[in-house]
Amino acid sequence: MADRNEPLSAIKSRRNNALNALVGSVPYIRWLGISFDRRGDELTAVLPFDEKLIGNPMLPAIHGGVTAAFLEVAAIVELTWTQIWEDMEQGRIAPDAAVPESLPRLPKTIDFTVDYLRSGLPRDAYARARVVRSGRRYASVHVEGWQDHRQKLFAQATGHFLMPQGG
Amino acid sequence: MTEEAPSDLSEQRRRIARQFIEVIPHARALGMRFDMLSDEGAEISLPWREDLVGDPRSGVIHGGVISALMDTCCGAAVMAHPTGARSTATIDLRIDYMRPAVPGQAIRAKASCYHITRSVAFVRAVAMDDDDSRPVASATGAFTVER
Repeated sequence: MADRNEPLSAIKSRRNNALNALVGSVPYIRWLGISFDRRGDELTAVLPFDEKLIGNPMLPAIHGGVTAAFLEVAAIVELTWTQIWEDMEQGRIAPDAAVPESLPRLPKTIDFTVDYLRSGLPRDAYARARVVRSGRRYASVHVEGWQDHRQKLFAQATGHFLMPQGG
Repeated sequence: MTEEAPSDLSEQRRRIARQFIEVIPHARALGMRFDMLSDEGAEISLPWREDLVGDPRSGVIHGGVISALMDTCCGAAVMAHPTGARSTATIDLRIDYMRPAVPGQAIRAKASCYHITRSVAFVRAVAMDDDDSRPVASATGAFTVER
């Protein structure tokens, strides 16, 4: 059980540091410009619009590959975050971007299927992933992506992942 | 009245499809290169780059980059198909990641449109690094066909 009287600032900095280390250590996440909003343990991936994300300049629309990549990043970060949460809260691990060995090992994508529901508009996109099932070796994750309206998804995806094995 | 020879038509179609891909900002940003475009399909490659790495421990390119490459290559295959689509968009795309791509090596995708109806194209693709015998990833997708 976590210490009920632990200072709020210590709790927040522990969680934010771990999340920043996890996200900041992946070059491709930085290249796409993805960040994560955190509310307690709930994460929302945010993809700010940029010209380089366009796949169809006539409409214009976000590239289907960008949508897939964004949802896959959201899935991998959510899965890793869920996996490290308990160890992080108990103080057993403290991921630090400056210490590569302290970073959690990432799950490997086995397959990823994206369902394109409407074209991605030239504006910010959001995604939230849900770990449907996570065993010792395999995990199944579902991701929803939206832009202006939370209920109007522009894409959803399901992926299977191979969990990192200890040691 | 003049009649264009079929070879000119397919040459024209290839030029249109090539231009269509080359004006895609995201394809340019990732550094995609057109290797081949014919009635049978498309081949696009992507050199390895540090800022596209998904696993800093190993230096392996992120799966999302492969998705973007596969998606672009499949779309190009739809555009190059002899039935002549004006435009296309992804309906659904599934990627199987068979093994990590070797860091430092370019990834080459090959896509072919194996069936097309009035409004839907069914496409398959594989991605390879320098080892042609063992694909890095494979993809299957359904794409819209705008006529």
